[in-house]
Amino acid sequence: MSPENRKHLPESGSTGLNLKETELTLRMPGETRGDTEIGAKSGTKRGFSQTIDLNHDRSSDVPEHDDRCCDKLENETLAVKPPAAKAQIVGWPPVREFRKNALKSFKFVKVAVDGAPFLRKLDLEMYSSYQELLCAFDNMFSCLTIRNYLNEKKLMDTANGVEYVPTYEDKDGDWMLVGDVPWKMFVESCKRLRLMKSSEEIGLAPRTPQQSASTS
Amino acid sequence: MPRMGYSFPEEVLEHVFSFIQSDEDRNAISEVCRSWHDIERWSRRRVFVGNCYAISPTMVIRRFPEVRSVKLKGKPHFADFNLVPEGWGGYVAPWISAMASAYPWLEEIRLKRMVITDESLELISKSFKNFKVLVLSSCEGFSTDGLAAIAANCRNLRELDLGESEVEDLSGHWLSRFPDNYTSMVSLNIACLGWEVSFSALERLVGRCPNLRTLRLNRAVPLDKLANLLCRAPQLVELGTGAYSSELRPDVFSNLSGAFSGCKELKSLSGFWDVVPGYLPAVYPICSKLKSLNLSYATIQSPELIKLVSQCQNLQRLWVLDYIEDAGLDALAASCKDLRELRVFPSDPFGQEPNVPLTEQGLVSVSEGCPKLQSVLYFCRQMSNAALMTIARNRPNMTRFRLCIIEPHTPDYLTLQPLDVGFGAIVEHCKDLRRLSLSGLLTDRVFEYIGTHAKKLEMLSVAFAGESDLGLHHILSGCDNLRKLEIRDCPFGDKALLANAAKLETMRSLWMSSCSVSFGACKLLGQKMPGLNVEVIDERGPPDLRPESCPIDKLYVYRTVSGPRFDMPGFVWTMAENPALRLS
Repeated sequence: MSPENRKHLPESGSTGLNLKETELTLRMPGETRGDTEIGAKSGTKRGFSQTIDLNHDRSSDVPEHDDRCCDKLENETLAVKPPAAKAQIVGWPPVREFRKNALKSFKFVKVAVDGAPFLRKLDLEMYSSYQELLCAFDNMFSCLTIRNYLNEKKLMDTANGVEYVPTYEDKDGDWMLVGDVPWKMFVESCKRLRLMKSSEEIGLAPRTPQQSASTS
Repeated sequence: MPRMGYSFPEEVLEHVFSFIQSDEDRNAISEVCRSWHDIERWSRRRVFVGNCYAISPTMVIRRFPEVRSVKLKGKPHFADFNLVPEGWGGYVAPWISAMASAYPWLEEIRLKRMVITDESLELISKSFKNFKVLVLSSCEGFSTDGLAAIAANCRNLRELDLGESEVEDLSGHWLSRFPDNYTSMVSLNIACLGWEVSFSALERLVGRCPNLRTLRLNRAVPLDKLANLLCRAPQLVELGTGAYSSELRPDVFSNLSGAFSGCKELKSLSGFWDVVPGYLPAVYPICSKLKSLNLSYATIQSPELIKLVSQCQNLQRLWVLDYIEDAGLDALAASCKDLRELRVFPSDPFGQEPNVPLTEQGLVSVSEGCPKLQSVLYFCRQMSNAALMTIARNRPNMTRFRLCIIEPHTPDYLTLQPLDVGFGAIVEHCKDLRRLSLSGLLTDRVFEYIGTHAKKLEMLSVAFAGESDLGLHHILSGCDNLRKLEIRDCPFGDKALLANAAKLETMRSLWMSSCSVSFGACKLLGQKMPGLNVEVIDERGPPDLRPESCPIDKLYVYRTVSGPRFDMPGFVWTMAENPALRLS
């Protein structure tokens, strides 16, 4: 990894131009532009993880900044947050990353994929939209890729062309199609997830384009 | 000097030396004469290398051929706060490969802020037949696959402590790789793992290791499984719970309470993520025996904290969030007379306004009420010189004092003056102070006080302070025992650095970032001081493409006997004595 591949931007310090404020970047849910130390870290990680993703076939459980996947996203799904009222300083106050994370809530739910021998678990609090969730499925189950089909979000197994539809069990025990309710409401009520083979999608009313207006 | 023809035989000297564990003493012994040097080096079993780049593995192995325990530290401390870019270094691989052939009887490896790969973990697991202790504190670069190799191959493992490391979680099944006949675990700390480990494997492991004293679980272990684990290990001395939340159910509560009561030896508690206050009373039965309590993840409010802490009369160490408030610290001061160490962390570090009533008053209370208090880490939003002076007079036995006033340049809130005299009082009264972190509005004056009084100071952290090079000069010329100095965002530049170049060889390391040190000065320092590695870290590109007077981004200077390192990434440049050797 040579220096030429790295962006040469002045560090956003406490003095001078904060060019990073105007930069489009990806953030974890809940982060504001102000969390520049997290941003700074991901900024330096980006080149590295791109190299890694090309060489490794691991399905990383941590859907953090997967550039290969997120490059495919439409522009509207990039989380562009307005600059914080006050520029945050890198590494200040001196609180370690894991301490900040410990104060966040988490919600782990089981994820089943039809035909897969064992289940996985996801922390829904890590994502802020349905698109990010699909991205996470894409990462976690490396044989699946997202297909945007008529505003319905589906996943497809590239090896055999089988389509999967994301569904979830809600608090009442009913199995629902993912994407109908606002994101936060979904996180609140979701107990477990199942990627169902399209062929089994019986009894779930197909969405008309008008109904699928806001999915995040 | 008469020949000591009647000196003790080697075996006797060796036996005597075996009682001497401290490195300082052993170093002194080794300088007495040649034969003592030889006997000592063959009998040294523990080596601590505070900076892995200060010496090469070959040199260590050549001098100490029979080592059983190695402790290494890698990245500078400010790496904890993301000031050291990814890929900087701290790779342990060369050490592991060298030791794999040289130290077949190695038993212990302790690493801090180093990068260790799965390959290295596998090499460890296969090279050292009697391997007992692996401590990875704030490390990274490995995954659960590496842990699986350790579990599968280290038959004599006693301690596996992952500290606050970043572990790539590929599978929770690594824990199942401990063979069924493996029973020697004494200490297991997996608190940093983000994902679930196989719970049944954990249960079986805990159940078959009768000597298990320390068990730190990760957040993913649910509360309703905790009682079961505790019943299998009632001999535990140190416990870290998983998530401490569950729907309030009387049966779960009574199981838990019963299980805690059964742990008669429990002295240390931690964990407590996502605390549901209703379950806290389950630990009340053991509170009076607790010496150490880490509630720094527990988002519970002051009243609950007070109820808990008031029952821990024997508490020596408390880590807690600022939810404890001044009122809670008053209660602590009243109940915990044996307290030695207090750390108060911020619940809302980036908020502009204080979110809880925690001020300097809480710390003053504890300094008044706890006569043995010697170690403090305190985050707050206001401070006064008066409070600092009171604390200093109350606690002259303070040895570690780290204060973080969250907003940089915050003055004394009562007088609007800098906090120079307050910190001055600390260093003047606390004559045994070894570690100090400054914050708030500070002029060069505070450094004059520090240089004058802080004669035992070994580590100093400075941020957003000072006015000129004089500040840095006071530190470097006055602090006789200084080993580590880390500075960020201070107007310190070339003059003080170059004037005190020789001092840097008496220290382990110096870090300066976002200061006013020029590239020219760095080059000069590197040329003047062959015993130092002067490393410039700059992600903007090669510093020699800019004028020499241009300030560099980050500087890391450390003494070394093995010359410039060869594993630097593209954004680190060494200012070598011979410009031809400079790698860029």
